[in-house]
Amino acid sequence: MGDIAKLIGKRLGLGLVILLIISIIIFFMVELLPGDVAQAVLGQGATPENLAAMRKQMGLDQPAVVRYFGWLAGALTLDFGNSIVTGKAVMSIIGERFMNTLFLASYAAVIAVPISIILGVIVALLRNSIFDRVANVVTLTSISSPEFFLAYILILYFSIKWGMFPSNAKISDGMSFADLLWRTFLPALTLVLVVVAHMMRMTRASIIALLASPYIEMARLKGTPPWKVIVKHALPNAWAPIINVVALNLAYLITGVVLVEVVFVYPGIGQALVDAVSKRDFPVVQASCLIFAATYILLNLAADVGAILTNPRLRHPK
Amino acid sequence: MSLFVIGYYTLILAASCLAAYFNKRSAFLLLFSLTLVSFVLGIIGGVGALKFVVVVAGLIALSAMVSYAFREFLITLSPTGVAKELRTAPLTAAFGMFVIFTYAIAGIFAPLIAPHGEAAVISGAFAPADENMLLGADQLGRDMFSRLVFGARNSVGLALTATLMAFFLGATAGLLAAVKGGWFDQAMGRFADVIMSIPSLIFALLMLSIFGPTIPVIIVAVAIIYAPRVFRLTRAVAGNVVVMDYIEAAKLRGEGTGYLIRREVLPNSMAPLIAEFGLEFCFVFLLVAGLSFLGLGIQPPTADWGSMVRENATLISFGDITPLIPAAAIALLTVGVNFVVDWMLHRSSGLKE
Repeated sequence: MGDIAKLIGKRLGLGLVILLIISIIIFFMVELLPGDVAQAVLGQGATPENLAAMRKQMGLDQPAVVRYFGWLAGALTLDFGNSIVTGKAVMSIIGERFMNTLFLASYAAVIAVPISIILGVIVALLRNSIFDRVANVVTLTSISSPEFFLAYILILYFSIKWGMFPSNAKISDGMSFADLLWRTFLPALTLVLVVVAHMMRMTRASIIALLASPYIEMARLKGTPPWKVIVKHALPNAWAPIINVVALNLAYLITGVVLVEVVFVYPGIGQALVDAVSKRDFPVVQASCLIFAATYILLNLAADVGAILTNPRLRHPK
Repeated sequence: MSLFVIGYYTLILAASCLAAYFNKRSAFLLLFSLTLVSFVLGIIGGVGALKFVVVVAGLIALSAMVSYAFREFLITLSPTGVAKELRTAPLTAAFGMFVIFTYAIAGIFAPLIAPHGEAAVISGAFAPADENMLLGADQLGRDMFSRLVFGARNSVGLALTATLMAFFLGATAGLLAAVKGGWFDQAMGRFADVIMSIPSLIFALLMLSIFGPTIPVIIVAVAIIYAPRVFRLTRAVAGNVVVMDYIEAAKLRGEGTGYLIRREVLPNSMAPLIAEFGLEFCFVFLLVAGLSFLGLGIQPPTADWGSMVRENATLISFGDITPLIPAAAIALLTVGVNFVVDWMLHRSSGLKE
């Protein structure tokens, strides 16, 4: 077991290094701004005195490296400074919204993961049948559609024509859980449609690759019944790729959520990011980007670790 | 039971029987499953649902016929070698080619096809369709159809330029890394790792917030985001070619890096790269569409599909589907390209089974 802990520790360390590099990119990219942040906020017509005062207030008179470490230290304690536009603390703007986004993403994941794995295995077993072909075309179409297209189609039918679900996913604190699920059903369904398609295709591919391996053929040739080939021989080795597929798609969910939140006016971090980008509110943009990147890296790490845990061969790298 | 229902069932049942009689197995299966589907849906949803089924089935049949005709057309026109390849193309791939062809025509000849100017205000806001305007007017009273046609030029053009640039950067770096190896290979690999661990949409938003949403910025941002993916694939494909004996021979002959890349490695790794180009184009196109939907793409008054959806989205709450047409246009092109790529990947990977 010591081996595994060491290996996982190594992966975690690598993830931290990548996150650190990303934080450098995120921070110093703003430094590339023509002029500086104070100039961008005050506009071209600002007087030199105003600019100097603004710079002093934002700490821009210090060298960039000093400010970077200040920012990083703040980020570790979840303090990202104040928004340029509203002056409120960044964390008070995006903190609760991030929880909302996590709620939406997990809502979608809870529906999508079982459906897509079951469908993916079925399609892999029925490969090259008419069912497989139809599934291929349908999932390809779903992947190829922009998220907002699916979202508006769902709005058009489920909310405007049939009036079953609200098109506006506004949520407030006092809502009951059932009400919450009902209000956020359409955004979750949009995400489910996209993610199921991805996951199904990836599950299908990994199962088919598995079924082509010699030991499966051996099992078949010695007369093992088909269900036993699947359950006893294929499935134990299929967990690794399946866990990988799930983690990768959860990572995808985290970014897919941005467009969906905007369409459904859902108060999540994605919408906050888009707002901040159009208002050029850099502290909010930096903080949300860092949070998104950290979640993304974490899920990718989870995929790696899951693969290591389920596949003993990866524990002994050559 | 209206005349339509009776006529429809008679028709498909007769067609199924004919197919069964002449031993056309797949045609029979297709027709009879259509019969069953319409039967079930007809009972549940009444004549309305039945009409919907008929329209959908008709559309699918129509696109199948168009694809078939287009494939035969291409086979007749092209030289023997290419024609032989084309014969193996499934109908979906032919459909994809037809879609790409249509979009190319619309994009190239946009000013000739569009009845009105791109930014010309010709009527009131959200005016309904009439003989002058095929799809009605948008939120400022501009002709929706004309903007759709111009959008083919702007949206696809932007995505294509960005993909070309990402491809140029990624493929060059990948080929160089494969041929040279050593520290260059390592450095590029780590660099690609870092870029790829930032979600693409988030990275694009970060860059656009700093440099502003102008066309050059979008192109460069997208190129930086997608170049590492191209790099990875090129590196992997070229890595397999570089170890071949003929590369060794060329090196011993004293050929330079440029010659090795152009004359030896590139021609032998072309097939997967072309398929990858199609795939990358889809990703880039969707990303750019998403950006412009968020108001951070091509800026108005230039017509662009993503922002057209956003600007006219209010119409959807009145049950009008016009705002969905640009979104459908995006989806259709991506599906088409994906169909073609699917076929090419299938062919080049030898996944015939």
